[in-house]
Amino acid sequence: MSTHIWQQVFQNYASSSFVDLLRRESPHLMPNPVAGGNAAEVPQGTTVLALRFRDGVIMAGDRQATAGYQVASRRIDKVFKCDDLSGIGIAGAAGPAMEMAKLFQTELEHYEKVEGDNLSLEGKANKLSQMIRMNLQGAMMGLAVVPIFAGFDERAGVGRLFKYDITGGRYEEKDYDAQGSGSKDARDSLKKLWKRDMHRDDALRVSLEALIDAADEDVGTGGPDLIRGIFPTVKAVTRSGFTEVSEDEVRRVCEGILKDRAKSEQGV
Amino acid sequence: MPLPYYVSPEQMMKDKAEYARKGISRGRSIVALEHRDGILLVAENPSSLLHKVSEIYDRIAFAGVGKYNEFENLRIAGIRHADVKGYSYSRGDVTAKALANAYSQALGNIFTQDIKPFEVEVLVAEVGDDNGGRNEIYHILYDGTIEDERNYAAMGGQADEIRRFLKDHFKDGMTLEEALQLGVRALNVTQNKSLTERDLEVAVLDRTKTRRKFRRLPPEVLNQLLATAR
Repeated sequence: MSTHIWQQVFQNYASSSFVDLLRRESPHLMPNPVAGGNAAEVPQGTTVLALRFRDGVIMAGDRQATAGYQVASRRIDKVFKCDDLSGIGIAGAAGPAMEMAKLFQTELEHYEKVEGDNLSLEGKANKLSQMIRMNLQGAMMGLAVVPIFAGFDERAGVGRLFKYDITGGRYEEKDYDAQGSGSKDARDSLKKLWKRDMHRDDALRVSLEALIDAADEDVGTGGPDLIRGIFPTVKAVTRSGFTEVSEDEVRRVCEGILKDRAKSEQGV
Repeated sequence: MPLPYYVSPEQMMKDKAEYARKGISRGRSIVALEHRDGILLVAENPSSLLHKVSEIYDRIAFAGVGKYNEFENLRIAGIRHADVKGYSYSRGDVTAKALANAYSQALGNIFTQDIKPFEVEVLVAEVGDDNGGRNEIYHILYDGTIEDERNYAAMGGQADEIRRFLKDHFKDGMTLEEALQLGVRALNVTQNKSLTERDLEVAVLDRTKTRRKFRRLPPEVLNQLLATAR
């Protein structure tokens, strides 16, 4: 049976999706990683983490990109705002990961503008999972992208966070998670320090303790660089929106942690 | 075979234009006003869910009058154009001028080629940046005619009357509050009742905001802003 034109309107349920628009109309702009040569030499984002606190979630990342045994960049930012109520932290091959973050941001904004309404946090998390699956071919050739997605769920009134595997598998974490080469050390640290219903300041300190531990143990992860004045980036997502924690505040807390550790000789 | 009867192109265009104008004149009006902190868009729209004014991109807003499904299609096409362009180049490369041109082309083609022209008029507004950038307001008519407007713009049913009113009352450097009050007075000119915040859809392109400048003003805020005038 032939399809009437008016029926096509209903069949096109993805008409608010930017990714589908791009695939349909400008396929040459779609990220299409085809790896050749040595994928280990491609800059890798190293450690990002997210944790829940009383008002929402905090996301943090170190600033280093590492290619093989070389520092590729000292100042990259791995935690991006997706929309007013969510953020994405990227780990894995930095190029494809940043491209994915940009595409995901556009996807959410596009949906919001076309529909006049935001996607639910669940919907956003699922969409990201589909986008990671698109990268599966690249992932198999060493260009894996494994982000953390976190945000404030308006319907549930809580902060939530999701981790992913390279096949697009989506797993919700209850309290905290970390990704990237230093993730095991960061997670170990969070396991001991994380507490339920922490205040923002405590959560900020815990996130930085974990990143400093990761930088301590993992060669790929960059620690606070006091000489160049480079510190991890930290963002908070709460009911009132996505905010960046100022560099001054991060610097102060980092210096406090280092001082305390030097004094007590703990974790040194 | 019966011969198709002949209609002169002149007559055909005239009929189409008349048809489109009739459709538009039935609709309610929209005004756009430049003020100190950006561009204000005030639409007479009793529905709080079906929008006539909306966001296209960081600094660009869209307003449409006439047939809802037609300007809604144009709005979505505009968002697609802007998002793809911003994604493939950079956010700063998306301009109201390119978008207004696209609308002009589209409406012009529809007008000449389709049996039924679109019964719409649209406004594309772009707010200038903080350090002295100029605002841009483009007004595109049902046949693709495009005009760039300065200071204020009006379209819809009684646009001529509203434009005359604004010509006499527009001032440079108004605050948001003053601009809103002027906009509502202008829409009231053509009414026999006075409009309240429930009959209005208002949005601003606010140059003091970061990145996405578009902001809707909910009825509670409108109520406050309009209160001083009462």
